[in-house]
Amino acid sequence: MTRTGAAVLAAMTAGLLILPLVAPTYHLTLMLPFMAYAVILLGLNLLFGYTGLVSFGHALFIGIGAYAGAFLTTHTSVRSLEIMLVVAALVAAVVAAPVGALCVRYVKIYFGMLTLAFGMVFYTFLLKFYRLTGGDEGMRVLRPFLFGQDLGEMSKTAYLVGPYYYYSAGVLALATFCMWRIVQSPFGLCLRTIRDNPAKAESLGISVTRYRWYAFTISAVYAAVGGALLGPPTGNVDPTLAYWTHSGNIVFMTLLGGFSSFFGPILGAFVFIYLQDTVMSVVPYWRLIFGGILAVIVILAPGGLMGLFVRARPLPAVDPSRA
Amino acid sequence: MILQAEGVRQFYGNFCALDGVSLGIETGEFVSIIGPNGAGKSTLINVLTGSLHPSAGTVRFKERDIRGIGPVRLARLGLARSFQLVQIFPDLTVIETLQAAVVSRVGRGTRLFASLARDRQVRDDALEVAELFGLADKRHTVAKHLPQGDKKLLDVASAFALRPEVILLDEPTSGVSTRDKAAIMEMLVAASKGIGIRAIILVEHDMDIVFGYSDRIVALHQGRVLADALPAAIRADEAVVAAVIGRPPAERAARGRGLPGTPP
Repeated sequence: MTRTGAAVLAAMTAGLLILPLVAPTYHLTLMLPFMAYAVILLGLNLLFGYTGLVSFGHALFIGIGAYAGAFLTTHTSVRSLEIMLVVAALVAAVVAAPVGALCVRYVKIYFGMLTLAFGMVFYTFLLKFYRLTGGDEGMRVLRPFLFGQDLGEMSKTAYLVGPYYYYSAGVLALATFCMWRIVQSPFGLCLRTIRDNPAKAESLGISVTRYRWYAFTISAVYAAVGGALLGPPTGNVDPTLAYWTHSGNIVFMTLLGGFSSFFGPILGAFVFIYLQDTVMSVVPYWRLIFGGILAVIVILAPGGLMGLFVRARPLPAVDPSRA
Repeated sequence: MILQAEGVRQFYGNFCALDGVSLGIETGEFVSIIGPNGAGKSTLINVLTGSLHPSAGTVRFKERDIRGIGPVRLARLGLARSFQLVQIFPDLTVIETLQAAVVSRVGRGTRLFASLARDRQVRDDALEVAELFGLADKRHTVAKHLPQGDKKLLDVASAFALRPEVILLDEPTSGVSTRDKAAIMEMLVAASKGIGIRAIILVEHDMDIVFGYSDRIVALHQGRVLADALPAAIRADEAVVAAVIGRPPAERAARGRGLPGTPP
């Protein structure tokens, strides 16, 4: 299991590194949002797949990350992407701590609705506090420096499919590695006990709300880091990043790939981005197609795409004398 | 006195579920709590395990007030419990379930980047408990795929993996065939010796088990302690026999053990 995971991680990283040598520019530009969403989904799935909490307001933290980065480039002299990512993570953690402390006291639909409510509040804030946020037009993201390098001389495309691409791949690899460690840790095990049976977890001395709160905060940090990566490729951030349909999209990606597998959500992000791009170029009503796909997945393949590849653990032989 | 309840009253509206219950558990004791349905056993369990803050009275574990402190803090203090209706983690394996208990006990749950697989202390400790309960061969089996009897054992074993000082077993043999009951009890007693548990509280309907293992028996009836005595004295107490036990155990045995787990 662990060996397979390491192999997939290595293959994914190698694939991302080799891709610029073989793939056309257009596909590389599609990989940029994919990598950002992959980071976001790693975090979302710590909450969803490992802790058993479905957030419908996670776009709140994507928005926080994206706006934190944008704000730094347009309102301060900071242009370093490293600082943008760190600030995005810190702001998300500061916001997630109190929001999470409230939300994790509720479960199931109440948790989902409460996260949705906080997402709506933030969306409205972005929309209405025009002077600070730019309202519905959003905010520009000036081209960030990478490791202190001002790459302003490069053409936008060369910058994005070159240095920025590799930078994003590095962030994704690091985020994946850290999340892999987290889910394999004693902490990850505690989260899974809470997902499976909170009452029993408590009887074993595992504080359910405290661990849910940790998971919520970590997943918010991941969402913000991914959100901060979403800004530079488009050069602009706007309130739709924090809108609840965006939260819905990332839940969709997770279901598409399969939430019960570590790499499932990453696969989901990849397929979603490509499918959206393909369908949008063919028909204008892509949501119609996606709605149909989502219905089919939930009914026919609840394990997502990963569930089709990875066989569930085989049932052990049951001793008939005890059955 | 490691665990002591005094004058515990619990009202649900006007209904008095516990009406001045006092009992104490000494180190080294195996104490059973018996009583017909509605006697207040469940309420008493909830009070003794800190889940319920009683309307009146005191509950002390190791000289500390544990009224309403909740399961998490109680487990840390050293009082663990198993459940009447089997409680497991369906998608975790046997060894993962036991590891979770060990992780909780040694306080390593917040180790975010440590490798669970490489934590030998946690693994060895979990494995030791698995062996005590005969679950070592099935350690990689996902809990939901275990047969019912093993699920029950796993629930109890995970409580034992906390290495508590006192354990409260809520009908550990319910839903298990009569033949397996004795085997489970033998395993429990051996495991508590192996782990060093200082006192066992058993809540049980099966009188063969109660009389077979208890040092002392507390009989509850209508929210009061009807008797608190040695098994021989309980057996001779006509009021208890009439209200709680029904037929004497020997007679039950002669009649082919009746229906196990059925309240008289």
